[in-house]
Amino acid sequence: MKEKLVVIGNGMAGIRALEELLKQDAHRYQITVFGKEPHPNYNRILLSSVLQGDTEVEDIILNNYDWYDENNIELVSGDPVAYVDTDTQTVYSAKGVERSYDRLIFATGSNPFMLPLPGADKEGVIAFRNIQDCETMIDTAKSYKKAAVIGGGLLGLEAARGLLNLGMKVDVIHLSDSLMEQQLDAEASRMLKEELETQGMKIHLNKQTEELVGGNRVEGLKFKDGDSLDADLVVMAVGIRPNIELAKETGLDVGKAILVNDHMETSHKNIYAVGECAEHREVVYGLVTPLFEQAKVLASHLCTEDCDGYEGSIVSTSLKVSGVDVFSAGEFMDTEETKSIRVHDEFEDTFKKVVVRDNQVVGSVLFGDTSDSPRILSMMRSGQDVSEMNKATILPSESAEDNAGSAVELMPDDENICGCNGVTKGEIVSAIKDQGLTTVNEVKQCTNASRSCGGCKPQVTELLSLATGEDATQAKEPMCECTEHSDEEVVASIREMGLTHIKEVMNVLGWETEDGCSKCRPALNYYLGMVNPLEYDDDANSRFVNERVHANIQNDGTFSVVPRMYGGVTNPDQLRTIADVADKYEVPLLKVTGGQRIDLLGIEKENLPDVWNDLGMRSGYAYGKGMRTVKTCVGEDFCRFGTQDSIGLGIELEKKFEGLNTPHKIKMAVSACPRNCAESGIKDVGIVGVEGAWEVHVAGNGGVDLKKSELLCKLETSKEVIDTVAAFLQHYREQAKYKERTSHWVERVGLDAVKKVVLEDEEERAALIERMDIALSDQQDPWEDIIDNHKKQQDLGFEKKEVSITT
Amino acid sequence: MAQVDTKHKVLVANRHELAVGLGKKVVIEGKELALFLQKDGVVYAIEDSCPHLGGPLSEGMVSGEHVFCPLHDWKISLKTGEAAGADEGCVARFDVEVENEQVYVVMPGSV
Repeated sequence: MKEKLVVIGNGMAGIRALEELLKQDAHRYQITVFGKEPHPNYNRILLSSVLQGDTEVEDIILNNYDWYDENNIELVSGDPVAYVDTDTQTVYSAKGVERSYDRLIFATGSNPFMLPLPGADKEGVIAFRNIQDCETMIDTAKSYKKAAVIGGGLLGLEAARGLLNLGMKVDVIHLSDSLMEQQLDAEASRMLKEELETQGMKIHLNKQTEELVGGNRVEGLKFKDGDSLDADLVVMAVGIRPNIELAKETGLDVGKAILVNDHMETSHKNIYAVGECAEHREVVYGLVTPLFEQAKVLASHLCTEDCDGYEGSIVSTSLKVSGVDVFSAGEFMDTEETKSIRVHDEFEDTFKKVVVRDNQVVGSVLFGDTSDSPRILSMMRSGQDVSEMNKATILPSESAEDNAGSAVELMPDDENICGCNGVTKGEIVSAIKDQGLTTVNEVKQCTNASRSCGGCKPQVTELLSLATGEDATQAKEPMCECTEHSDEEVVASIREMGLTHIKEVMNVLGWETEDGCSKCRPALNYYLGMVNPLEYDDDANSRFVNERVHANIQNDGTFSVVPRMYGGVTNPDQLRTIADVADKYEVPLLKVTGGQRIDLLGIEKENLPDVWNDLGMRSGYAYGKGMRTVKTCVGEDFCRFGTQDSIGLGIELEKKFEGLNTPHKIKMAVSACPRNCAESGIKDVGIVGVEGAWEVHVAGNGGVDLKKSELLCKLETSKEVIDTVAAFLQHYREQAKYKERTSHWVERVGLDAVKKVVLEDEEERAALIERMDIALSDQQDPWEDIIDNHKKQQDLGFEKKEVSITT
Repeated sequence: MAQVDTKHKVLVANRHELAVGLGKKVVIEGKELALFLQKDGVVYAIEDSCPHLGGPLSEGMVSGEHVFCPLHDWKISLKTGEAAGADEGCVARFDVEVENEQVYVVMPGSV
């Protein structure tokens, strides 16, 4: 029997403790996590980035639901714990879930502090603490204009900046006479105020709110000094309070928060607390670094009782407001025992102050340029004697010589780059070297650096550049781990050396693996076919299963079948046939797709050839890197606004480019007027009919990286449209990297460069159109091909192989 | 010794039915296995279910002694059944014997 571990709280501290625990001993505990919010663990620090529009909610999820599954952690979300019985060691949730525990962790975090003002319960008065608050602000900004933020601290200013980005007029109300007075000295605070005012915030200092006025919904604020202000939204960001109600009811000893010793143990046996709800040596931390340090200590203690304890943290803060770099740490105010180094550059608008006591750095404030912050923090932690150092050694960014090297370069190996996760420069550099990392994302996966607030991304990028000797922001990207060559180099070699087989490419270019991998093999197969359309023998084994068996694999191992419906036009016979097939094979789900056709889902592999045969329709290529479908609107035949025959042109295009292999999928659309019912604005090729002409738009993307298409040209006849689309697509086929969508390709090379080749250079345009015709000359319907070919069915494993045991 | 007694060899295929570079799914009394023929004639057998989310490994792209799961591209060793790289997990593997082109899988315990 495994010991049972229950965690109350599904936030950054509790889950980090579990991550550390799993790292040390993955199998010791059977784990259950209770969370109040209906989400998996997310990065609360980045809420301000979501609000500022830099990130989406999905992107700040730190541990998705799969993570809980994979680690056999039971997650009870959207259901807070209501009662803990310490005698029977059992917890009870609000909805009645009951779990017994051997060890229990309180990781209940904090609640935002709401000022008890009259009117604080009105609609439109919120805190800034969770995803829901974020969503409320985003929604409010759609219909209201005036926002007031009470609180000019870190959180309040981040919220204010986000509301500005959402198009609201923002007033910040602050009780004290300077912004962020907990973190900044008067000088830095004044510079911050100026900068934020330039950005459009209105800042009221020395202002105390007396009442929130309005009806059901808040309409304004009244201040103690008699002033007032109109507001449709009031965000209270005046601080947080540890969430210790449950701990109190449970009978744990509390002070400002739940009291813990150096091993994070509470007053009760087998009960621990970690994070913002814990008070250690009279300090309650509200920042991520200490929480993570506590989580590590707790995890060690849960694995081996006898380990080093937690001794407190040195904290630093930075403000995540675009265009403002602010850093603060330790004792930053001058006193009689301190002296400081101060650099105020009014030309560059930077301010740097390092506070020294007894020859040791004890605090710092940086404004405008925070590149020295890791170095300063590390000097504070180590207690290094600075009496012999000159200004340039303490603040390397102030060094007059440009070639002295950057702050990151001068940093010793044991200095932290990622403060949130405690990752040192040395750890990052050796991960880059030992594991051959080339991107920030890879560094993040391997070391955790930049996984939390993302503030150290520039330093990580710089380390990559230093370690690899190349500019990491525009480093040559090798095709995959099997080779050092980039896609461009490989294609050039195929052309120049006349290579014709995958194996040959790998041999000639010195592949490091014998048989390649799932990234390079499909790419090579595509490039070889693109360069030698008539001679190359396609290698089915280098194709992803969907393209090999011409159907879409589903999560349960069944497949889906999408027959072609040119231009999204169908007829009674076709629909009857589809219905009959669905009945005959007991198809579990029939679905109309976004590409205007019908998807038959849940087909067993061995039935695919029979289903295709019974349908008697052609493959819709809904599974491939190729031309998928041409979506059309009704057009001039029926629509009272239609100016052109969109269906006719759509069908013509779909028939022409059917079966074409491309670097990534291609989606097209034809709309008959600028109302754009076929959504031409987000397609790889989107045609829009206007009076007497067609507009050809290209490189839109309706997927992960949403992008509006750009106007390539305006043409009069459908023949010109088809020729231009052929030239554009062939140019894309020849120039783009495998798996690069048209949107990313055009963004990389520039629309003007594409126009030059496809529209202006008549000779090259004609050659492109001709090469496209050659590429299309060899098209055959893949379903028909397999239906008639028993050998192929056998080779592709369509037949089910069942064996019974006869002994 | 009891364990050895209960193992038995099951004839699952003729080697001609397998192709290098492509997995083959066989169902033995309801249990799904994936067979992989190598260039040197050796055949590997692993459970046809990725340790990640149960994807059918027999449909994956094969590169030498590894297969890439068709659902989320996990890389699984045909030899050991273990996931490679940052992913962690393992599928069951089975001993295979080839006699006169007949492929036998050694099934442990009573199936």
